[in-house]
Amino acid sequence: MKNIAFFFVGTFFGIVLIKSEAASWFRIYEMFQFESFHMYGIIGSAVTLGILLMQIIQRGKVKSISGEEISVAPKKKTFKANAIGGLMFGLGWALAGACPGPMYALAGAGFIPILIVLFGALIGALSYGLTKSKLPH
Amino acid sequence: MAILLLMGKRFGMSSNLETMCTIGGAGKISDYFKTNVKSKSWSLLVVLGVVFGGYLGSNVLTNNKGVAISEMTISMLNDLGFSSAGKAYLPSELFSTSSLSDPFTVLLLLVAGFLVGFGARYAGGCTSGHAISGLSSLQLPSLIAVIGFFAGGLLMVHFFFPLLFGS
Repeated sequence: MKNIAFFFVGTFFGIVLIKSEAASWFRIYEMFQFESFHMYGIIGSAVTLGILLMQIIQRGKVKSISGEEISVAPKKKTFKANAIGGLMFGLGWALAGACPGPMYALAGAGFIPILIVLFGALIGALSYGLTKSKLPH
Repeated sequence: MAILLLMGKRFGMSSNLETMCTIGGAGKISDYFKTNVKSKSWSLLVVLGVVFGGYLGSNVLTNNKGVAISEMTISMLNDLGFSSAGKAYLPSELFSTSSLSDPFTVLLLLVAGFLVGFGARYAGGCTSGHAISGLSSLQLPSLIAVIGFFAGGLLMVHFFFPLLFGS
């Protein structure tokens, strides 16, 4: 049952990504040209709602359906990793016009070349795993 | 807005308030390194769901595939050689099946993917992980990463695009 729920959360997210055009290369380009409020609206409203939700969850000690306490694992404070990794991600994001979530959605939408990007992302994640100990963190 | 609220709620209710990025990244890493694949199996299900959602969103629920970007953006893209601007969901110059026969395009797509995969794991998250989940819980590392995302994106669009696509 729970597994089906995860699947549908993903399905819903996939539809939202496609329909909101957050998965469109053009929208990402436009965002970086500051020509449209579109992407900022999507990200901004998601963050605003996220902050509200997080506050409600933290203040009210809201439990998940399975009864565990909800918490977001704190991100590690590693300035170099955040900054350098962020910069690399940004370069790839603008070129591919998609971050990992939309990539899956686009693959489902039938854009075959996105599979190459996904393959590249796999290699990238693998390379990071292999070189992790040698990189500045 | 209602949709996003629902999305946030759904993510919140799934006992792991994890991010789309850790989902994608962690699943990949665990696949390769065979560490605890079972505990991550739920994230692979979300990924499968996203793929299915992408299919539904573009094939069943769609009405118009063109993305209504601004006139200014269209003309800038036309200057860079993207004639499909404003008429398609993705630029056909990069994402049509025929573009696969162009080695330069394939290389670009590979490099883009590599940067996204490597950068996301290095920074510890991507758009949803850092920008949405991280900023929502008011975390400084996420803010640094998001600034990095934008610096990288701006650099790519304003500096590298004219070099890569300019005529």
